[in-house]
Amino acid sequence: MSEQVSHKPKAQLDAEFSELYRTHLRDVYSYAYYRVGDHHDAEDLTEQTFLQAYRHFERAQRESNGRPLRPWLIRIAHNLAANLYRDRSRKPVAPIDDTTALTAAHTTEQLVEGRDELSRVLDGVQLLPDDRREALIMRFALGMDNREIARALGRSDGATKVLIHRAIKQLEEIVHD
Amino acid sequence: MTEAVPNFEGLLREALAPVEPPADLVERLESTLTSITELAADELEAWELSAMRDPRNWVRPATALVVGGSAGAALVLLRARRRAHGSSLAGLDGVRDAAERALRDLEREARRLLGDR
Repeated sequence: MSEQVSHKPKAQLDAEFSELYRTHLRDVYSYAYYRVGDHHDAEDLTEQTFLQAYRHFERAQRESNGRPLRPWLIRIAHNLAANLYRDRSRKPVAPIDDTTALTAAHTTEQLVEGRDELSRVLDGVQLLPDDRREALIMRFALGMDNREIARALGRSDGATKVLIHRAIKQLEEIVHD
Repeated sequence: MTEAVPNFEGLLREALAPVEPPADLVERLESTLTSITELAADELEAWELSAMRDPRNWVRPATALVVGGSAGAALVLLRARRRAHGSSLAGLDGVRDAAERALRDLEREARRLLGDR
């Protein structure tokens, strides 16, 4: 087999990167928003993620062997978020602005009926350890499967499955406490 | 009840609904990405022009046409969305742009091919 993916023309790479950007902008933004808890930081994180992704796109494509690049993108955002907190020496202070998040995808009745419970779930997510919180964001906000989450977090599929299971259990306890 | 977990997962899915990026972020990001792709090309340009004097780089002229076609369409994808109202003048610029990029891509491709040997 020949190495046909190595050394693509820049124009082709740019076109493929454009496609990646369009397909996953919402994923990256959603991840960033739930991860850092406010829109300003989420915007910065999203921007930095795509800039860094552009710089390393060719190598990522080569090394992915045709696998989807979403886990790689989310991993970049994950690392940048970790750096953000390291720099600021703090975890997210502001609770997620649940008004904005909830109105994005819920009907009025759902808002009236389930608002309290959804808010408690969101607050609970913020109380989880980082790895558990991230796994839940990837699963439920981005719809990633175990394998994708495992790649994004640099864990095995099995360990990821356990991580998600424990995260849900812990969150359930927090919410129903 | 056995449906406790699925219900809770449904709740979690609702709570963590995807969030649409704000329009101003999209605009800013696309503008930045476009600038960066152009910057990258410009930075390479000086080096590449001198490299093109080397006859070994004038290989595979057919590749130039193929690469040129994709170059005209590819790099400008993001930019094209922002210039939705394009004019005929922009069209001429686009042709020239594509031709220049084709040359640059050909050279880059040739350099890579030769460099791999």
